[in-house]
Amino acid sequence: MDEIARERIIELYKNPLNFGTIPDADYTAELRNSACGDIIRIYLQVKNNKIIDAKFEGEGCAISMASASLLTDFLKGKTPEEVRNLDKDDIQKILGMDLSRNPSRLRCALLPLETAKKALAGSK
Amino acid sequence: MDVEKIRNDFPILKRKINGKKLIYLDNGATSQKPIQVIDAVSNFYKKNNANIHRGIHILSEESTLMYDDSRNKVSRFIHSKNPEEIIFTRNATESINLVMYSWGKENISRGDKIVISEMEHHSNLIPWVVLAKEKGATLEYLELDKEGLIKEGELEKIKGAKFVSVVHVSNVTGVINDVEKICRTASEEGAVSLVDASQSAPHMKVDIQSIGCDFLAFTGHKMLAPTGIGVLYGKKEILDSMNPFLFGGEMVVEAHKYDMRWNSVPYKFEAGTPNISGAVGLGSAVDYLEQIGMENIRAHEKKLVSYALEKLGAVNGISIIGPQDSSRRSGIITFEVKGVHPHDVASILSEEGICLRSGYHCAQPLHESMGLQPTTRASFYIYNTEEEIDFLIENLVKVKKIFGV
Repeated sequence: MDEIARERIIELYKNPLNFGTIPDADYTAELRNSACGDIIRIYLQVKNNKIIDAKFEGEGCAISMASASLLTDFLKGKTPEEVRNLDKDDIQKILGMDLSRNPSRLRCALLPLETAKKALAGSK
Repeated sequence: MDVEKIRNDFPILKRKINGKKLIYLDNGATSQKPIQVIDAVSNFYKKNNANIHRGIHILSEESTLMYDDSRNKVSRFIHSKNPEEIIFTRNATESINLVMYSWGKENISRGDKIVISEMEHHSNLIPWVVLAKEKGATLEYLELDKEGLIKEGELEKIKGAKFVSVVHVSNVTGVINDVEKICRTASEEGAVSLVDASQSAPHMKVDIQSIGCDFLAFTGHKMLAPTGIGVLYGKKEILDSMNPFLFGGEMVVEAHKYDMRWNSVPYKFEAGTPNISGAVGLGSAVDYLEQIGMENIRAHEKKLVSYALEKLGAVNGISIIGPQDSSRRSGIITFEVKGVHPHDVASILSEEGICLRSGYHCAQPLHESMGLQPTTRASFYIYNTEEEIDFLIENLVKVKKIFGV
C-alpha cells in the first residue's frame, strides 16, 4: 500500500463518512465477517428508485471502515439495480486500491457492498 | 541448539519481502519446512512412488515399507505401545471427526454428558456441538479465568461425563493444560478422553502413556511436515470396537456383493489411497525434530516467549492475552494494540516482511468468554530468534505511530 492511499484510509478510519443510522430507513441489513469479527450495518433510503441517503454503523479494520465510508458516499444517487451490479473491481476503484493480490483484505473491503446488496434484497 | 544451523535448513527463510528479511511468526497456523523434509517428499516421487499394500512389484513394496516406517516413527514419537494405534488422516480436524463419527455416533445417546473447554479451536468444538445437538446430549464447558486458564474446580464437571475432549495447548493464549489430570479424572469417571495436540506435538514432548488419554489428534503441517497428513492415536481396544466411517478400498479384508468384513486397525480407518508422500514427509519431520530434541525445542521457545512477554509487555498500549508465567504457556503470544484493528497491524507488518496472524484464530468462544475483540498473534518455532522479536516490536511501535495511538 502506498503512503498516500494508507493515510487516506487511516483518516477515514478515524473520521468515517456517513457514520450513523437512518431511523426510518427503507432498507437495512447487517453482516459479519466471522473470521475477524468485522460487523457492518447499512441503512438506505430510496425515493423514486434512487438511493437518496446511505449511512452505516459498525466495527472493523481500517479497510472495511474506509470501504463503508466511500461506498455509502458512492451509493447516493444510484438505483438499486446499479448497486446490485457492483462487483469487486468497482469496490477497488471506489477505494482507490488494488487488492487483487490480497484476497483476505479484499474480503474486508467487500463486506460493506455485500451488506448493501443484502439490504436491497430484503423487503422494504 | 544451533538456531543458525537450523535456519540454514529452511530455504524459505532466505526469501526477501520488499527487500527485507522474512520474519515468519505464524507457526501456530503452519510451520515452514526444512530441506530434509522437502527432499524426502521429492525423492519419494523421484525414486519410489507407487500405490501401497496391494502391489507386488518393487516400487509398491518400497512405498509400503516407507509408509509403514513413518507410522512406526510417529508411534515412537508419542510413545504409543503399538504402531497399529496410529491412524493417518488428512489433519487434526479429520482425526477428531473420525472419533465423532465412528465412536461418538455409536456411543453417545440422549442425556449423555460431553465435556470440552472454552478454549477449544473450532476443530474440537464444532464436531461436539453437532453431535450433542443430533443426539440430545448435554455439552458442558470447562470455563476459563481472566488469564485464559481453566478455572479451579472446573474438573468437577467431568463427574458423570461419557466423553471429555480438551486441547493440550491453546492456539490463542498458549496456555498448557494439565491434560494428565483431566484424562485421569475422565478415566476415573469411566469417560473416554481425547486430547487435541495440534499445538503441543510440534513444540514439546507429548507422551500418551503419561497423558493417559484414549485418543490424541494432531496434524503434520504444524510440525515441519507437508499439509494433508494428520494423525489420530487411539487405544487399540477402543479402535477395535469401532466401526469405520469412510468406506472403500483397503478398509475391508473381504468384499462381497451383499456383505463385507472390515480390515484390522489401522487399515479399516484408512479407506482409499492415503497421502503416502505426506506420510513419508511426516516421518522425515519426526526424524528432524527428534534430532534436535523436543526438550531443547521447548526450552528454546520458552526463552523466546519469556523475552517477548517482557519486551512486548513494556510497550505502551499493547496488552498481552494469557498468563505472564512462561512455564504455563507455549511459544505463542497474542496481543491487542489499542486503537488499531489486528488486520491493520498484520497488514502493515506484512509490508516489513513480518508474518503474523490476526482475527479470532478459529477460537471464537475463547474470545467471547475472555471478553476479547479480535487479536494479533505471534507464534514461535525452532528457527525464530530474539532479534526477530526486537524487529517485531520496533515495527509495532511504527504501527502505533501510523495510527497516531
